[in-house]
Amino acid sequence: MRILRVAPVSALVAVLAAAVSGCGGGSSPGGGGSNDSPTTLTYWASNQGPNVEADKKVLGPELKKFERQTGIKVKLEVIPWPDLLNRILAATTSGQGPDVLNIGNTWSASLQATGALLPWDEKNFAAIGGRDRFAAPALAATGAAGKDPAAVPLYSLTYALYYNKRMFQDAGISKPPATWGELVAAGKKVSKDGKWGLGAEGGQLANNIHQAFVLGKQHGADFFDAAGKPAFTSDGAVAAVKQYVDFMAKDRIIAPGNAEYGQNQSLRDFATGRTAMVLWQAAATTFAADGMKPSDWGVVPVPVPSGRPGAGRQTNSMLAGINVAVFRNTHNLNGARKFVKFLTSDAEQRLLNKTYGAIPPVKAAQRDPAFDRQDTRVLRRTLTRSAAPLPQIPDEAQFETSVGTAIKDLFADAAAGHPVTTASVRARLARAAQQMAK
Amino acid sequence: MADTAARAPRPAVRAPRPPVRGRSRSRRGASPTAPPRSFRWARRIFLTALTGFVLLPVYVMLSSSLKPLRDVSGVFRWLPSELTVRPYLDIWRTVPLAHYFVNSLIVAGSATVCSVVIAVFAAYAVSRYRFRGRRVFTVTVLSTQMFPGILFLLPLFLLYVNIGNATGVALYGSRGGLVLTYLTFSLPFSIWMLTGYFASVPRELDEAAYVDGCGALGALLRVVVPAAVPGIVAVGVYAFMTAWGEVLFASVMTNDTTRTLSVGLQGYATQNDVYWNQVMAASLVVSVPVVAGFLLLQRYLVAGLTAGAVK
Amino acid sequence: MVRFARLRRAGLPYLLLLPALVVEVLVHLVPMVIGVVMSFRELTQFFLGNWGAAPWKGLGNYRVAVDLNAPVGAALLHSFWVTCVFSVLAVGFCWLLGTAAAVFLQENFRGRGLLRAVFLVPYALPVYAAVITWAFLFQRDSGLVNHVLHDQLHLTGDRPFWLLGDNSFVALLVVAVWKTWPFAFLVVMAALQNIPKDLYEAAALDGAGMLRQLWRITLPSLRPVNQVLVLVLFLWTFNDFNTPYVLFGKAAPEAADLLSVHIYQSSFATWNFGTGSAMSVLLLLFLLVVTAGYLLVTSRGRKYADG
Repeated sequence: MRILRVAPVSALVAVLAAAVSGCGGGSSPGGGGSNDSPTTLTYWASNQGPNVEADKKVLGPELKKFERQTGIKVKLEVIPWPDLLNRILAATTSGQGPDVLNIGNTWSASLQATGALLPWDEKNFAAIGGRDRFAAPALAATGAAGKDPAAVPLYSLTYALYYNKRMFQDAGISKPPATWGELVAAGKKVSKDGKWGLGAEGGQLANNIHQAFVLGKQHGADFFDAAGKPAFTSDGAVAAVKQYVDFMAKDRIIAPGNAEYGQNQSLRDFATGRTAMVLWQAAATTFAADGMKPSDWGVVPVPVPSGRPGAGRQTNSMLAGINVAVFRNTHNLNGARKFVKFLTSDAEQRLLNKTYGAIPPVKAAQRDPAFDRQDTRVLRRTLTRSAAPLPQIPDEAQFETSVGTAIKDLFADAAAGHPVTTASVRARLARAAQQMAK
Repeated sequence: MADTAARAPRPAVRAPRPPVRGRSRSRRGASPTAPPRSFRWARRIFLTALTGFVLLPVYVMLSSSLKPLRDVSGVFRWLPSELTVRPYLDIWRTVPLAHYFVNSLIVAGSATVCSVVIAVFAAYAVSRYRFRGRRVFTVTVLSTQMFPGILFLLPLFLLYVNIGNATGVALYGSRGGLVLTYLTFSLPFSIWMLTGYFASVPRELDEAAYVDGCGALGALLRVVVPAAVPGIVAVGVYAFMTAWGEVLFASVMTNDTTRTLSVGLQGYATQNDVYWNQVMAASLVVSVPVVAGFLLLQRYLVAGLTAGAVK
Repeated sequence: MVRFARLRRAGLPYLLLLPALVVEVLVHLVPMVIGVVMSFRELTQFFLGNWGAAPWKGLGNYRVAVDLNAPVGAALLHSFWVTCVFSVLAVGFCWLLGTAAAVFLQENFRGRGLLRAVFLVPYALPVYAAVITWAFLFQRDSGLVNHVLHDQLHLTGDRPFWLLGDNSFVALLVVAVWKTWPFAFLVVMAALQNIPKDLYEAAALDGAGMLRQLWRITLPSLRPVNQVLVLVLFLWTFNDFNTPYVLFGKAAPEAADLLSVHIYQSSFATWNFGTGSAMSVLLLLFLLVVTAGYLLVTSRGRKYADG
């Protein structure tokens, strides 16, 4: 009897559900946007400055400039990092999104696979001055190989080794390390009396991936084979991960507490003289905010086996950065292209990258003296000579989650005094690989 | 009619007022149940320990919010090395806190009002009428309480977008959509509690209202609702708090202009640094109004629960 | 006219229910049905933009979720056990603290009103503010917990981690209990006011001590309240997302990998909404069975007790 009474309710639900699912998702795959509203644009910017408000202050005047040039009014929304990917996913799913948006360059292939972003074919590239204006490594991080890029490089970043000059001097280290052996030796000299050699962000999945990826390259290992299948347990990959965790487990130059760092506490440790070295992308502004003078720290390329960074096994940085993409469902296609052209123009590139401490992916803009300071020179050279993009595969997000978590767990083991062995590293990575399989 | 409520006999099971101190003290004096010493000591120890547990984070929140940044990044210290109100000035610049505050106020306030009104109607129907589907309704509504939010987050989002596309009513990204979502979160509990509460309001009151020429709605609004104020305040408080603290849906369904506090507070943990003193100051600032309101209204909450839910 | 009036009266309850019904159907039931539909499809990033085109997968997502020999299923099962143990412990402690505090505050004494207000503070604090404060306390190097345990009391040889490894379960439990017990306190306190004072007086005249009164009068009178209270607490803790998410972020440590965050990770972090939905549906089914069984058992027990 009760079942009968439930029937009308469930029928109602079913009808409504059918009506809804009939509508399906938002974007139709073939559609290439329109020019229905030629005078407005919505721009989602990622949070590049110290906070959202600061970004608005930086971008606001530039958007006004664009409006004066083209008559197009840009509605800006600066989206904090924790929300950005979810907001993009939501926009992708619904087809209701901004016209132009920032994406982390490691997401390029994943987002490319959704089909929600405008492909940058020759015609679109021509509209912003051609591919050749951009540095080749930066272009490599804009989507899967062999496909039209899903985005255009906007800000580029690479890793460098920052060191505390005073602490090095006190420990009698005359020359900043160029190889990992030298780094460990220097770290051991410094690590005493509550001070430590190197800082790490053990709880930050993405950072773990960045470090392991580079060390993997130096061991001749890629985390994916040519067919795009996970190859996490190859000898090279295991050795790379072990080498990174061993800085804490075996060499004891990373403080155990760094295992739970996930919000860039290692930078403050560095700025306050608790650690002597840190591997970071562009840390100058943060150091300044924490009261460390530029003359107190030095910067050199991240160590490589030979001591001389280059391609292949001498790679010493992942290619980090932000790309700018156009949402396929845009209502102002021409305007969006104009806006991307504006953002990637030499002048804007110089100004924005200077403000955010990044390196312009636009070659012409790199020649500004701002990118020839002690830190930016290292970052810029690394960008052009010895940086490689993370694997551009649709499953990149899963990769970051699974392997990043494996490294986080290994750091937790090391910090708790559990042994970290080749076997335990391999076991963790094997589990991570299984999680990748659907 | 206006004085029906006054004329009507006060219901025997009316919500007990929060105990008036003087009265119960005099009762205890006469009572043979004066607690023994051992009990009083156990009580003292237990309540002291519990108070410590409860207040510890609150103390840390307060003291950290008055510390300079260097005090909150090194080893913990109980007292600030110097007192500073800088964090309280900085929080408004780091994140548009005032803007988020207004959003939260609008969203939580509207959700509360709507939820209470809807719950009052539904609870009245369930408590006063026998009708087909009554049981199905109550069971269905209550069972939504166990839906994992994660299951319907994405579908709900899709639904709002599609409704927006079809009708032009913007639910996604608007405060309205969030209000609609939040009001349903507190609805099951509110209906359930108010049903219990209304059931304790004697039917004679309704009938007296009918005699005075009121319809069912008149009886509800003029007699039952006034008699059920503690219960209504109680569900209002509950609804408000549910909406004020929600994180998951707010993070997907809001944008720059409609972002609420619970999501906005995450802005203090920026890309480069966590300003713990600002986090604590901001947490305190957003907590004070709710906690104060809650504590002011808590007597209603107890009274409402006493007469409603726990009978 | 009379017929119309009768119709109106018959229709009135439905009219009163209509708003509640509409919003419930719109916000809960329809999305849930869509969620169930999603759980049968292969909804990955390749089909997000046009999920109507996502291929049907039948029970494929479910098979992945319950295949205990494969890592996804094993991890889900692990997370399920963690959640069960966590919920049972959290509900137990919340109930215990809440009842004890309510009983101790039953009698009037100086400062009672103040204590009552103080005890309600954790419940009134916005979740984010409360949990982030706890995260601050639990930091290894600069948190209060280790400062007290290690630096001041010298109880631990080394500074333990609270947000990593096995201890994270304890941390999560402490935060959840801290946040939720005032609700139990509130409800039990309200229920205690409904117990007639004469019962205690009569028992006292019979020479029953405090413990006996507690055992004979207070706890039995709380039984119907407890039935609902425990269920509500259980459902809340079992589905809690905010606490672990704010405490640990997107990747919770294994020991504290609650289902809600696990599912969030399985769908949002890895962009596999089909599998995520299948897991949620399984979770929902489990909760339905538990709730139904619980209500059946407790109300039968109650009937026996009453009769």
